[in-house]
Amino acid sequence: MNDDFVTAGVNLQFHYAAGAAASRFLCALRDEQKIFGARCPECRRVLAPARSFCPRCFVETNEWLEVGPGGTLSAFVAPPFAQLLEPALTLALIRLDGADTAFVHRLGEFDAPMLRRGLRVAPVFAASRQGHILDLAYFKPVEFDNAHSI
Amino acid sequence: MRRAAIIGTGQTKHAKAHDDMNQAELVRQAATRALSDAGITFREVDAVVLANMELFEGRALPEMWVGAGAGGYLKPAIKIATGGTSGTSAAIAGYHQCASGLFDIVLVVGWEKHSEGATQTGMAMVDPLWDRNVASGAVGNFALSISQYVAERGVTPAQAAKVAVKARRNAAKNPYAHLQIPDLTVEQVLRSPMLADPVHRLDMCPQSDGACALVYAAQGVAEKLCAQPAWVRAAVTRHDQPYIGDLDRRLVTMRTLRDAARAAYHQVGIVEPRKQIDVAEIYEPVSYAELAWYEALGFCAEGKAGELIDEGVTEMNGELPVNPSGGVLSSNPVGASGVLRVAEAAMQVMGRAGAHQIADARVALATGYGVYAWSDVMILSADT
Ligand SMILES: [Zn+2]
Repeated sequence: MNDDFVTAGVNLQFHYAAGAAASRFLCALRDEQKIFGARCPECRRVLAPARSFCPRCFVETNEWLEVGPGGTLSAFVAPPFAQLLEPALTLALIRLDGADTAFVHRLGEFDAPMLRRGLRVAPVFAASRQGHILDLAYFKPVEFDNAHSI
Repeated sequence: MRRAAIIGTGQTKHAKAHDDMNQAELVRQAATRALSDAGITFREVDAVVLANMELFEGRALPEMWVGAGAGGYLKPAIKIATGGTSGTSAAIAGYHQCASGLFDIVLVVGWEKHSEGATQTGMAMVDPLWDRNVASGAVGNFALSISQYVAERGVTPAQAAKVAVKARRNAAKNPYAHLQIPDLTVEQVLRSPMLADPVHRLDMCPQSDGACALVYAAQGVAEKLCAQPAWVRAAVTRHDQPYIGDLDRRLVTMRTLRDAARAAYHQVGIVEPRKQIDVAEIYEPVSYAELAWYEALGFCAEGKAGELIDEGVTEMNGELPVNPSGGVLSSNPVGASGVLRVAEAAMQVMGRAGAHQIADARVALATGYGVYAWSDVMILSADT
């Protein structure tokens, strides 16, 4: 920076409505510790997280159904991954059982060498939940599928 | 629709920070250079199209307060913001405005001043419900797709590093490029810090301040103003779904680029892209992306992108040079980056690319890419 040139700044806060489908999805994470998808009546895909309409077919979803809780690892960033604030976690795409889309979330409780595509994972829910995607704290590798609480 | 051509281009030096110019001044410098290259003044411009990701700078309505820098006073001036494709979207919008018959001369200017904002915050401000909390930021987002691409295609870190080396070597011939590293080696790329496996710092584009402008003229006007206009032969856009989970295997399938290229090639009559395209200027924010784009653009068979870079096919002196400007890997002012791809393609066809000119470039391809897999494809040619 050159002292002869001046700059100015601003700090703001934003709030966004999640919408009907995402609200229901996030409340289910909070109250039931369940993951829900919605089926498109046209392409028949189960979209998870649940959406109110199918982005491909432009029609409203009409079937609400539970997916997972287990899934398989489709992609992951091999740690260490500096952009995540918590070093024991990394980024992943997970194919939840019963869903036709991948789910973006975090992986935890793993030994890095064990990570591979196709690995079975299960969700770990946060003890304190508030209707937020991180009510599902992360997914962890499992031999046998079971949802756990921390 | 009538034919339209690019008759002038202009850009600023791309740099880490331009504290010497505000956004309007930066835009004005690129616009003035493009108008001068076209041999006209701003009075002859009928309409202005701007491209900028205002979220990065955190200042709304840039078309209003920066538009004057593009000579937009008392003229129709609009702004387009579509992420990484902002610049190619604006280039295509400007082409539509001109080719539709609405306007004879259209000025397109894209710019970004990353130094003025928190770009990582801007990236993080994508989707408030999902991505922002678990997968924000371009590097991790890319690394996720790259890990799948590498697993399925078997490209190596060294092959990706060769792309990074090629870009910075080419950039050294381009006086406007931000990162100019003529003697960069594969080893240096592989030794640079790991940002997110397998992406090293030198595999990734920089964040730049810069602007780039194009002047379009309609058939009947273009030939009078320019000895060798760069005629637009195809301009195709494809958008994908915005949730990252819906983009599983994104780099492997790259359905938007694949489909846009197929449509563009069909319009121009290209059946063998590697032979029929003389030069390509593609939007590669990370080295691995360029390899994936080779496949999606049909430059090689699926799984053969690593061989293409190993064999030097896409080097300056290869059969199909890719990114003679140094590409996004060497300069990335986001709102300008797509315009830069189109400007470089036009400069090549017009024979005005200076030290990075590819001899006898008659057909040039330019692409845009947005991080959620949005794609634009343009084909420019010396012939109408
Ligand atoms: Zn559908």
